[in-house]
Amino acid sequence: MTMQWKNGKTGYGWFSILLHWAVALLVFGLFGLGLWMVDLGYYDAWYQRAPWWHKGLGVTMLALVLVRLAWRRANPVPRPMAGHAAWEVRLSRAVHRLFYLLLLLLALTGYLMVTAAGDGLEVFDWFVIPATLSDVDGQEDLAGDLHRWLAWTTVGLAGLHAAGALKHHLLDRDATLKRMLRPGPDVT
Amino acid sequence: MSRRLTVLLLGLALAFPAWSADYVIDTAKDHAFIHFRIKHLGFSWLYGRFNEFEGTFSYDEAAPEKSAVDITIDVASLDTNHAERDKHLRSDEFFDVERYPQATFTSTAFRPDGQGGGVLVGELTLRGVTRPVEIAVEQIGSGKDPWGGFRRGFQGRTTLALRDFGIDYDLGPSAREAEVILSIEGVRQ
Repeated sequence: MTMQWKNGKTGYGWFSILLHWAVALLVFGLFGLGLWMVDLGYYDAWYQRAPWWHKGLGVTMLALVLVRLAWRRANPVPRPMAGHAAWEVRLSRAVHRLFYLLLLLLALTGYLMVTAAGDGLEVFDWFVIPATLSDVDGQEDLAGDLHRWLAWTTVGLAGLHAAGALKHHLLDRDATLKRMLRPGPDVT
Repeated sequence: MSRRLTVLLLGLALAFPAWSADYVIDTAKDHAFIHFRIKHLGFSWLYGRFNEFEGTFSYDEAAPEKSAVDITIDVASLDTNHAERDKHLRSDEFFDVERYPQATFTSTAFRPDGQGGGVLVGELTLRGVTRPVEIAVEQIGSGKDPWGGFRRGFQGRTTLALRDFGIDYDLGPSAREAEVILSIEGVRQ
């Protein structure tokens, strides 16, 4: 049996599934890390390290989001489940689009905050993304405020997204959640 | 104002030219700087500055004890060449610029040292706290500039305890005080 990497007509392939959960993990990890690190004291051992991880992982998340967007184009998204109502399909599509928008804006505001004085953004001592727009009055403050609100909106939306998946799993007893856990038998 | 009174006042003004010369600090062309420095962990000096401020002073060579200074600083304009640090410094853990956007210094007395400088006493309002401070002042120079104006410049220095102005963030034992260095050039009006 070969691994089902690509999406089928009704189910997700492994590539989409793994990307989905990797981004989910990163979103919650980055959120927790971000909330925790801004209150660290100056003498905390993590004072330098936590933002270093947050930046590197944030750029990793952006890369995965871009791969997901490319994968959607290269490899069509499975059809909505037959049992879903039209409003459910519309709502879930809107939520998915909003997720992509929020994650891209989170990456952008994070970048603009870090690079506001012209310093580049360090990615794991591996490479540096140079500053482009910098020295705008109040840039780091505005970008920082937006970053915080976008983050709260994203985890709020993720909660809604998870509640929807659980509703389908537990109440409607359909395969909505299961098909994001492994490729279904109908994947061709 | 009547014409006669105008002529009289003009005559008086010409007769006593330097009663209390008023200078505007040359922030328009950036010949004035307010720097601060604080020790980083006790290993080195970290410098920052306030980019936006304005002020005036009076200085009369014949009666320097009557000198007076007024400065208003836009605290949010602080700049230490590092966006994340600046953002942190503007937050409520340090200057809390949202609640206290302005800092002001108003002099109350000047004790001349006989060499053009002296000790400037005044009230500094920073982060909503008003405290008396003393600034050691040295006069750097004065005279006509090449463009028809008259300028006078000073450098002042003072040390502030962060806690006095409600800043409790622990930067370590060697960073409880910050020095403020004011390099001020005024253009006589």
